[in-house]
Amino acid sequence: MDELDELGVHPPLDWPDYRSTRLRHPKRPLVQPRLGAADLASPYLGHERVGELDHDLTRQHAGEPLGERIIVTGRVTDADGRPVRNQLVEVWQANAAGRYVQKEDQHPAPLDPNFTGVGRCLTDDDGAYRFITIKPGAYPWRNHENAWRPAHIHFSVFGTAFVQRLVTQMYFPGDPLFEHDPIFNSIRDPKARDLLVSRFDLDTTVPEWALGYRFDIVLGRTPMEDS
Amino acid sequence: MITPSQTVGPFFKFALPYDKGPHVGEGGTVRLSGTVYDGAGEPVPDALIEVNHPGGYGRCETDESGNFHFVTARPDAGHLSVIVNARGLLRHLVTRVYFPGARDELLESLGERAATLVAAGDGDDLRWDIRLQGDRETVFFRV
Ligand SMILES: [Fe+2]
Repeated sequence: MDELDELGVHPPLDWPDYRSTRLRHPKRPLVQPRLGAADLASPYLGHERVGELDHDLTRQHAGEPLGERIIVTGRVTDADGRPVRNQLVEVWQANAAGRYVQKEDQHPAPLDPNFTGVGRCLTDDDGAYRFITIKPGAYPWRNHENAWRPAHIHFSVFGTAFVQRLVTQMYFPGDPLFEHDPIFNSIRDPKARDLLVSRFDLDTTVPEWALGYRFDIVLGRTPMEDS
Repeated sequence: MITPSQTVGPFFKFALPYDKGPHVGEGGTVRLSGTVYDGAGEPVPDALIEVNHPGGYGRCETDESGNFHFVTARPDAGHLSVIVNARGLLRHLVTRVYFPGARDELLESLGERAATLVAAGDGDDLRWDIRLQGDRETVFFRV
């Protein structure tokens, strides 16, 4: 698969069904640069920022959040299968009722005093990450009449090169809202879309405690400097 | 197959910004500030700008007026690599900001549009705006 095919997996920037793209997608053709050191340098985000409980979104307050406790785990690799080691994975999400703590979120669903919905961890030597959280709720978003987002967890991931950056969303299997969601369906290839749907995994599931979901992340090729 | 991108969405400010985010490496003295504009010329209040070079990484969200800023040293190569995420962007945009006086092959090749990648000002106070659409649309890269 060449570089261009690889990029073709991503959604187009111009996607009228998602209204906010209208005034925000560039209209001029994208320029193919020769990559330089600034594009390739591995971003160091201050790993001292990752606290001991940052990976466990259920233990960041005095009490436990409401909702279905889940484990979300997977591996971050590049397109050639090489693990992305010791790199930051960030997640953020709505609570079980479908409400974000951010003040701009006006969805009239309850906030949960025991849930912020922010997690961070570093990948290990195998590229693996693991979060403990609760399953987020679906929420309405006014993009069109009766618009609801399928339940999702936002992911922010770094590769070994800056240009391998990926921001995406992880979904849950069998969500009835998939077919109605223009963001999910902006990925035109159904096989590519499926890559964003986590897989229920009995081996990850902990008896009497939490359901397990697997979500592996494959970043673009690790680029070499052109010059 | 690689994992497809999805938008950062409207609600990420409670999660992604951090205190030292705008500080690109240690000991920078240059303040680089700017505004993100949409195709109607309106500021974009829900964008996340990230910059990178071998000397460090920085992250800043836009405020309600679309403004962001970084504190950085002048990079050796004369430019920072830039990634823009925002509500309404299904995938991030990649661009560069060049410091005044910097030159390279890429800038030469862009003709008039090169100006969209060059910060204005001198000394320690630089300005660089990002225009997602319109007459002066910023040059974005296919990466
Ligand atoms: Fe969301």
